[in-house]
Amino acid sequence: MTAPQAPAPRDTDTARPALVELDHVSKYYGNIKALENVSLEVHAGEISCVLGDNGAGKSTLIKIIAGLHRHDAGTFLIEGAETTLANPRDALDRGIATVYQDLAVVPLMPVWRNFFLGSEPTKGAGPFKRLDVQLMRETTRTELLRMGIDLRDVDQPIGTLSGGERQCVAIARAVYFGAKVLVLDEPTAALGVKQSGVVLKYVAAARDAGLGVVLITHSPHHAYLVGDRFVLLKRGVMSGSHTRDSVTLDELTRQMAGGSELEELSHELERAPAPDHLGGRPVGDDTP
Amino acid sequence: MTATGRTAPETDERLVRTSPLRKLLGRPELGSIVGAVAVFLFFAIVADSFLQSSSFGTVLYAASTIGIMAAPVALLMIGGEFDLSAGVMVTSAALISSMFSYQMTANVWVGVFVSLLVTLGFGAFNGFMLTRTKLPSFIITLGTFLMLTGLNLGFTKLISGTVSTKAIGDMEGFESARKVFASYLTIGGVEFKVTILWWVALVAVCTWILLRTRFGNWIFAVGGEAGAARAVGVPVIRTKIGLYLGVAFAAWVSGQHLLFSYDVVQSGEGVGNELTYIIAAVIGGCLITGGYGSAIGSAVGAIIFGMTSKGIVYAEWNPDWFKFFLGAMLLLATLLNAWVRKRAEATK
Repeated sequence: MTAPQAPAPRDTDTARPALVELDHVSKYYGNIKALENVSLEVHAGEISCVLGDNGAGKSTLIKIIAGLHRHDAGTFLIEGAETTLANPRDALDRGIATVYQDLAVVPLMPVWRNFFLGSEPTKGAGPFKRLDVQLMRETTRTELLRMGIDLRDVDQPIGTLSGGERQCVAIARAVYFGAKVLVLDEPTAALGVKQSGVVLKYVAAARDAGLGVVLITHSPHHAYLVGDRFVLLKRGVMSGSHTRDSVTLDELTRQMAGGSELEELSHELERAPAPDHLGGRPVGDDTP
Repeated sequence: MTATGRTAPETDERLVRTSPLRKLLGRPELGSIVGAVAVFLFFAIVADSFLQSSSFGTVLYAASTIGIMAAPVALLMIGGEFDLSAGVMVTSAALISSMFSYQMTANVWVGVFVSLLVTLGFGAFNGFMLTRTKLPSFIITLGTFLMLTGLNLGFTKLISGTVSTKAIGDMEGFESARKVFASYLTIGGVEFKVTILWWVALVAVCTWILLRTRFGNWIFAVGGEAGAARAVGVPVIRTKIGLYLGVAFAAWVSGQHLLFSYDVVQSGEGVGNELTYIIAAVIGGCLITGGYGSAIGSAVGAIIFGMTSKGIVYAEWNPDWFKFFLGAMLLLATLLNAWVRKRAEATK
């Protein structure tokens, strides 16, 4: 396996602006505050993790970075310049590629068609302008091999691959098409331990290739394995922002789980008596 | 080739089990081809005149009138949408050509051209309404279907005073238009209608678009998983509108054939044909939920239609049985397709 490119230095040059920077960004859906005053920096060769429980605003944050939604307040900077993205195509053209958990690929289409979807290479001109099928197949094969995915058959429907492999194909695609920023929406959510490890390895490989990565997750363990910066979201607001040096895994887990809330919950669970309406009866009592 | 570790091995040891048969089983058209052979054998046995060379031209003609529409309808279904207005749109296209030419006493070709623009307008309306309102295409095109049915009858009665158009057979340009849309060629003593050529050309173009162009890749994608397609930058709205324009174009071709082969057009025609086109596409392997199918399959579906409708006549049965056959065929083909696809995907 050849390494993709020379690894970029991990310590970022502070003089260079961040690839993507959100500064006190807010988003409202009608009268609902989906996101308020959230700040996030993404640097080349770094992984910025966004942690939060369900409903914390992670999806909204992704949609703003991916160009699906526009932010209502705050500033959105791409390489130092203030921007508002018009649509996902606009984001792609500026080098921001997003890989969604469920929407990464079209399951019934062959792997090679999926790999090039939306950016298909063509040859010929006029009415005979056609897909360069041979190039598409070969590139798919070699690019996936470079990322360490040895595919049996690029013609198989991508739905027949495992969840981890599908995520990896989507990541490999983004890297191939020259993404500068990779946004990953819970890439390890529905995966087992081993599969998660495989995906995280590719995330790290993308970082080493010099990309800036936004990793959305609700697992502090996965985040801490690869992350350089951590932003914690809770109910639409930022409840914490750390660099790797300033936080430990235990602290991250505690903040993520809600700290004192969790202690309270465990306390409640311990003392909760069996509710009467559920027919609370001692175990082993089988009198009718 | 020198091994560099970068290029994939020519053959993969895990691929030994992919036999040519398995590859064939993975094709969407397979179920329909098996069905077509069965129907052919069935009528070859029960109907003596079915194998005569003249029957060949008749069956192909019947298949072509359905197949011209079934090909773009199949593409639309692969793109994840329906068009229930396709049947009456054919009649609309014929009525517009006829009545425009007659009322304006213009060259028939002018009417034909106006009809093309208006029919494409109907297609654009369907596509635009669908992508704007985001309502299911079933509802949108059901609305268009009813509106066109009403407009066909209403305008024809208003303009001609009856339910059919006036004959335009003696008008300028009629003969040349008939040559294009409704003539026939004689090959080896057998008459072949020109619609067969239109059909073959349309299926070829649809197959080329589907399998070898970017637009084709987008059709599979918007039907298979529109969200994913949009996320990687596929123009979902443009793709869907394009598909409706394709159906409208085919409706225009069919409509012109209708007009120039009968000279007059009955304004109530076409109702129910939209389902025929969908059935042909489904028999041909199109998944009702989108994302999978083929244009060639739709042609095989149309051939099954042609063989069944004419075979029953050749067998001297009551044609009332046709619908029963059709229903049975649809169920069998769909079951076979589902089974084949499951096997092909599971054992890879």
